[in-house]
Amino acid sequence: MGSQLLLLAFERPALDWHALAPEIVLLSVGGLVTLIDIVFLERARPITAAVAGLGLLATAIPLLTLALDGSDRVMFGGAYVVDEFALVMKAIFILAGYVVILLSTNYVAEGEYWENEYYGLLLASLMGMVMMASSRDLISLFVALELLSIPAYLMVAWRKRDIRSTEAGLKYYLMGVFASAVMLYGMSLLFGVSGSTLLTDINSVVTAGGASVSVVTLGIVFVVAGFGFKVSAAPFHTWAPDVYQGAPTPVTAFLSVASKAAGFVALLALVFVGFYGRPEVWEPLVWTLAAVSMTVGNLIALRQTNIVRMMAYSGVAQTGFMIAPLAVAGHSTALGDQALSATVTYLAIYAAMNLGAFAVIISLARRTGSAEMSSFAGAFRYAPAMTVAMTIFLGSLAGIPPLGGWFAKFEVFRVLTSSGDTWGYALAVVAAVNAVIALYYYASVLLRMWADEAPDEGVADVALTPSLLSALVICGGVTLVFGVLPQVVARFTDVSLLALGG
Amino acid sequence: MENLLDGWGITLATFSPLVGVAIMLLIPGEREERHKVVALATSLWVAFIGVLLLLWFDMGETGRLQYVVDEMWIDVIRSRYLVGIDGMSLPLILLTMFIVPLCIIYSWNHFPEPRNPKAFLILILILETGMIGTFVAQDMVLFFVFFEIVLLPMFFMIAVWGGDDRRYASLKFFLFTLFGSALMLVSFLALFFLTGAESFAFTEVADNVLAHGVSRTAQLWIFGGMFLGFGIKVPMFPFHTWLPDAHTQAPTVGSVILAAVLLKLGTYGFIRIAIPLLPEAAVEWAPWIGLLAVVGIIYGALGCLAQTDVKRLIAFSSVAHMGFVMLGIATLTDFGINAAIMGMVAHGLITGMLFFLAGSMKDRYHTLEISRLGGLLVQAPRMGWIFGICVMASLGLPGLAGFWGEFPAILSSYSPANGLPVETFRTFMVVAAVGTVLAAGYLLWLLQRVAFGNPPEEFADNPEIVDVTRHEWMAWAPILALIVAIGIYPNLVFRVTDGAVDASLNDCLQVNTAELTDAEAEALGCAAVYEVGSGGGHDDHAAAGN
Repeated sequence: MGSQLLLLAFERPALDWHALAPEIVLLSVGGLVTLIDIVFLERARPITAAVAGLGLLATAIPLLTLALDGSDRVMFGGAYVVDEFALVMKAIFILAGYVVILLSTNYVAEGEYWENEYYGLLLASLMGMVMMASSRDLISLFVALELLSIPAYLMVAWRKRDIRSTEAGLKYYLMGVFASAVMLYGMSLLFGVSGSTLLTDINSVVTAGGASVSVVTLGIVFVVAGFGFKVSAAPFHTWAPDVYQGAPTPVTAFLSVASKAAGFVALLALVFVGFYGRPEVWEPLVWTLAAVSMTVGNLIALRQTNIVRMMAYSGVAQTGFMIAPLAVAGHSTALGDQALSATVTYLAIYAAMNLGAFAVIISLARRTGSAEMSSFAGAFRYAPAMTVAMTIFLGSLAGIPPLGGWFAKFEVFRVLTSSGDTWGYALAVVAAVNAVIALYYYASVLLRMWADEAPDEGVADVALTPSLLSALVICGGVTLVFGVLPQVVARFTDVSLLALGG
Repeated sequence: MENLLDGWGITLATFSPLVGVAIMLLIPGEREERHKVVALATSLWVAFIGVLLLLWFDMGETGRLQYVVDEMWIDVIRSRYLVGIDGMSLPLILLTMFIVPLCIIYSWNHFPEPRNPKAFLILILILETGMIGTFVAQDMVLFFVFFEIVLLPMFFMIAVWGGDDRRYASLKFFLFTLFGSALMLVSFLALFFLTGAESFAFTEVADNVLAHGVSRTAQLWIFGGMFLGFGIKVPMFPFHTWLPDAHTQAPTVGSVILAAVLLKLGTYGFIRIAIPLLPEAAVEWAPWIGLLAVVGIIYGALGCLAQTDVKRLIAFSSVAHMGFVMLGIATLTDFGINAAIMGMVAHGLITGMLFFLAGSMKDRYHTLEISRLGGLLVQAPRMGWIFGICVMASLGLPGLAGFWGEFPAILSSYSPANGLPVETFRTFMVVAAVGTVLAAGYLLWLLQRVAFGNPPEEFADNPEIVDVTRHEWMAWAPILALIVAIGIYPNLVFRVTDGAVDASLNDCLQVNTAELTDAEAEALGCAAVYEVGSGGGHDDHAAAGN
């Protein structure tokens, strides 16, 4: 027995280098950034952001070649899979990461914060996300989750001279660890029942139903709840506002888009590959999470006076929309595929519009020095272009055609109504009502920016930096193109997980 | 002459304003003259295309979609870029193309505070694209997108250039409309899936509703969702509360566009989508729509009597006038819906003109408080006369356009479509007729208080109160001419709309099914709409389909 284990340990698993190329490039870039810091010390400061950004773009190259190749690649006995779904999500992570670097460049440099470490951690966190997209196994999911979370805890507390930032870091850390613990407990239950960490194995056991029903149910509920923290779905959202407000704004943008998307990737993999045979357990759970997230997020967002806190609650509500299609995903495999596409579509569009909104917030806050909504008053008078950009992003978040967000919401409605059952329609109506509530606070911000008088003083004349401008152009362009020609995004997000796992 | 616009004319007209917007974005904001010229040139160009579209429109076949473009737009959801014009949409498209340049001319020298002509004109042009797009779209998703595009520009127009209470008014407008359209979208989707249609095209969904026999309950719910979406936009009583606020706070041009075109998007939705696609549910809902319509007529009229502000009064009169339009639609007859389209065009011209006048009065008097006004005919006689003519047109004086909207709508409710309760509709007819008397009352009273008598002391020697200016003449003369022209020769509109309305209505609504044999009814597809041969006369509208 002992010698057999030893043999196993020495056997090199078959590696598909092409499939792993994005991870390897990303790792090398991260290493390079750290190395530059060690060798050149302070002199390297100005180029670190550029190295990190270009490195991320280089990571996109193997993604492209893999996408062109098109075949699904399975490694480690099914624990690590590179399929269309994984590629699309990886692309979203990489592009979102690139925009976050653009947003961070001036913020981090001007705030006199540590720079090399910042980008190193950002890349490490992205590495975790990229791995998450391919993980189809409880262990690799967990490792990827910790890899993406731990750097994020540090980045949240980056403004270490600010008490709010420190508080945010601590809160995020404690809540994150708590969520991990809950999730791990759920995973242990599932492992105990199925005797395997592979999601496909778990699915067959769960579907067969022979095992103790209550244990399986408990396991699923705990695991979903754990990822509920990550995607900030109500009632597991309480950390989000404080953390978003305290963290450096580019990090907030990163958390609200990339980290949330990573949580969704795991959730999707779990639901579609791991638990698909047990819709009666997770469908009601997801239904409730979706309805509660939308409603709670929107209602609390109505009362916010700080725009970053408002974006936090709006993010909770948006999570509700993203998760909603899953509430009917178990009805049939065809519907399951559609639900998956709808969620991925939403994630892609959400990434563009939410990052764009944060780009505007960062740019305007550079002038006003505050993220209070009142400081945005009358922005149209002194920053018309920025105001129009904010209109595009918030309008898109509200789902007004022809801005990208309408198609995201449309896809959600489409899946919910095509289920044809009462619960689907009921959730569609809840979503429709919530879309209107959300409009109220988005429109209130826009009203302030367009219609109010600008304050006479307190507006520094700070020029827009090239990196912020590029971030705005990328996000704005994507938001508009996705809205007018949704076919562009729909072509990429037409993915399936059920072929493999079901 | 050969039809040169076939296949691309509509696309050109719809998106030309956006080209104008792109050009204006490149010109710096200080060059105000250039912005005005570009915007006006763009809108005139669109109007020119509109004239060509009219010239090459085949009047022999108004019921057929013309200038059709049918391309795949969003493959995954099988939504198509399907646009076309028939007799039902043509008058409304032309109305849009006609009003927009006049609005730009009118604003030429008096942009409301905080000025910024660049942004203001860009919003007007985006609005134009949205409005034309809504009238030409023949696919539910495309329709929804265009229907929503008009929201943001109008929201900002009220929010930025509006009156003191603009924040409240603009948000109310935005929220009400979005609430309706969100439910409308859910209805569209539900209809799409229940019919199993291959695309979102109106005609295809309509065919499938009949062929697949969507259950009566589902139809009623779906119609309900659309009813909310369109009814809020119209606006029908009791969803009208956003309208007086929006109108009062909006800048003059915003009010004009709102009254002239945006309200028509709702009524157009009823006759283009809700009724043709769901004839069964329409029959069921029609009495209720009729009821709300006449309540709106009376309520709007009473509301007018209580108003102290000219703009608010005109806004309430809109509620009443749209009530007549909805009453015509609720009869589900060829006659009634023709009257409704005429009503839309007439209301667009007349109420648009009244809002222009109110705006000009506000510029001169800096108030629209009726009790403070008076003696317009003395101080600005031409303007006073124009105001008089518009008031007469609005109250439905024969010989002016308003008459042809109201009178046939009332008349049509004497004999509503087959299957509707005749007694109920005749009651509506009487109530609506009382409404016209009230309309005459509040409008003449308004005219008396504003135009007659001597100017009040505070304005007596005010040099600001001048007669109609050159720009005002240029903006108003075409509208006045059209009000008179349609009043004298209503066939200008009716001959365009009639064929299309007839084609859009389910055949069974036009015949008495009780007199048909089963085979004849089957041939018409009546079995799906009525229980055939029950012989129960008009009261059996609740009969179930197959």
